[in-house]
Amino acid sequence: MRELFIKLSKMKRSTIFLILIVGMLIPFFVTLKFPYTASPPTKAVFDYIENLPEGSVILVSVDYGPSTLPETEPMLEAILKHAFIKNIRVIGIALTEEGTNLGLRAFENVAKEFKALYNIDIRYGADYVYLGFKSGSEAAILGLGEDIRKVFPKDYSGRDIEDLPMMFNIKNYNDISLVITISSTMLPQQWIIYAQGRYGVPLAIGTTAVLATDWYPYLQSGQIIGLIGGLKGAAEYENLVNWKFKMEGRSLFGMKAIRNMNAVTIAELLIILFILLGNIGYFLEKKGG
Amino acid sequence: MRRFFGEILPLAMAFFFGTTLALQYFFPFRFAQTYYQTMLQWVIGVASMAVIMAVISFIRYNFRKIFEGRDSFSASVALIGFLMMVGLGIFSRESGSLFDKMYNNVYVPINATMFSLLAFYMASAAYRAFRARTLEATLLLVAAILIIIGSTPIGTLLNMDSLTAWILNVPNLAQKRGILIGVGLGAAATSLKIILGIERNWMGGR
Amino acid sequence: MHISTSLWTWLAAALTIGVFSFLYKDNPFYRFVESLFVGVSAGYSVVIITANSFIPNLWNPLFKDGNWPYLVPMILGLFYFAMLSKRFAYLTRIPFAFMIGGGAGLALPLAFQTNVIEQVKSTFLFNPGYYKSLGAFIDAAIIFIGVVSILLYFYFGRKRGTKLGLMPRIGVIFLMIGFGASFGYTVMARLALLIGRISFLLGDWLGIIR
Repeated sequence: MRELFIKLSKMKRSTIFLILIVGMLIPFFVTLKFPYTASPPTKAVFDYIENLPEGSVILVSVDYGPSTLPETEPMLEAILKHAFIKNIRVIGIALTEEGTNLGLRAFENVAKEFKALYNIDIRYGADYVYLGFKSGSEAAILGLGEDIRKVFPKDYSGRDIEDLPMMFNIKNYNDISLVITISSTMLPQQWIIYAQGRYGVPLAIGTTAVLATDWYPYLQSGQIIGLIGGLKGAAEYENLVNWKFKMEGRSLFGMKAIRNMNAVTIAELLIILFILLGNIGYFLEKKGG
Repeated sequence: MRRFFGEILPLAMAFFFGTTLALQYFFPFRFAQTYYQTMLQWVIGVASMAVIMAVISFIRYNFRKIFEGRDSFSASVALIGFLMMVGLGIFSRESGSLFDKMYNNVYVPINATMFSLLAFYMASAAYRAFRARTLEATLLLVAAILIIIGSTPIGTLLNMDSLTAWILNVPNLAQKRGILIGVGLGAAATSLKIILGIERNWMGGR
Repeated sequence: MHISTSLWTWLAAALTIGVFSFLYKDNPFYRFVESLFVGVSAGYSVVIITANSFIPNLWNPLFKDGNWPYLVPMILGLFYFAMLSKRFAYLTRIPFAFMIGGGAGLALPLAFQTNVIEQVKSTFLFNPGYYKSLGAFIDAAIIFIGVVSILLYFYFGRKRGTKLGLMPRIGVIFLMIGFGASFGYTVMARLALLIGRISFLLGDWLGIIR
């Protein structure tokens, strides 16, 4: 028995890889039904948007790159779905150049899905705009508090901002009900310092799990209104949006985060098993001298 | 010449822009507002040129590699990829354009897959290196395992949600805040030193 | 669902497999994919920054609208190009001075307010009656002890003979729990990235899963 455990703590790296892969594949072929009860920080973001009046404007900053796509993209899509179904208009911008086209693609995917599933037109320039990337992030964030036209005279494709009807009455943060940064970087720090700190605009953060724990102090101090953390947070938000659609008698869409999170769950259990096996082997060996 | 443009002028500029931009927050006058707004525009403009510069040195670096015959295969591939993106980007950047397709089907999958490799290395590191050797290591291990379980729906099934939330909201929060205040004090001191010309690391080697 | 018929998806799948091949060992195909990435990402960045930032925020105001004060940031920016010459590289300190000095000025009051004053304020401990419940008071007290002990550890942790007693040691305990929490979440993050690629290969490309 002892030998077996010591042996189990000395598996080859390739064996570990193989076990992990096989474990992760299970949820793709077997339907698992896990509960995704929204944690309070995620629920806070959802409730905030839920309580905004129709026609409000929110600003979403695409601050992630392709390297964290599976965590961040479903967050953005779920938030866009939530906003659009509530007739809330969305301004999209990007502060990391590597993610600029990811923002474009998320907005267009959601618009397409709305058309295909519910025959609802989400029109560019009226329901949303995508202004693209801006360098000098802290200056851009501060500049949005003064005059959005000075920071973004053109949208992503080079159209004049004056030609976008949605932007007629929007000058700065005073006309924006909520800023959400979806981020895989430390940019939320700048959003807190410059947008919330200087202009007092309500701020929510969607972030990769690696950085999620870093924002808790701001949550408690009230400097941010909510936090969506990692794939679990994305799955929770997706679940909340799906619940809302179900209540309204619409067919569900968007199970991306939930399905992927099921697979992560299995893999996380395997990681715990690996840690335990490694430690049991270590102690047995130490005891044996 | 060198002393003026390489030392006196940069230090004077850092001092001037640093003090004026820090102080403008406290002066609600028209003039201060205009100055502040203008400077924000300038920062955006100058920042965009820094990246263009970086790309030019990238091209130069790769051309050099090719001419000197060092790893010329990689350098050629990189240059071809670079020129292709720039060429397509000048033509059209709309969604569905070749530029956008290259981004979504070349850039995105490579970058995403490179980072996904970390999962394997993290798994084998957790297995080999994560040992409860000391009290500190044990605390770290226990907190990590609780959070891993709590970050899955299994945590909900085991009724662990409030425990996970407590770890995140109390000890984790205290730790992050302690670091935040420490770093915040340090950063403020550094900013002040830069403005006053005491901290000169940003000027590079002499 | 069926296997993809899009050439683009096949290309993406081939590149994905190319990167995964590194798990077995370093090989020419991986090196090709890696170099391609370096080039494509540099090309992408320069296009986006030029089109979305440089042209609308510097070029157009100066040359199209004739807004001459924009000459200053343009000249400042041009000094970056001194980096290309060894002799004049020191001139790059001029735009750096503007960006770093100005950045420090913009950050100083606001960052101090956000990260120090607000955070310290939220750590204040009031009398138990202030809180909703006894539990909330205890939590606030733990946060207070944690923050103070970590700061003491940072500033005095390594000095011997101070009269701080157990405090820095308590700081270490908080540090470890916090790092553990971060690590726990990092596990989820890394696995999520891998799942993303697996579901691309099985779903978008092979069409085995929906």
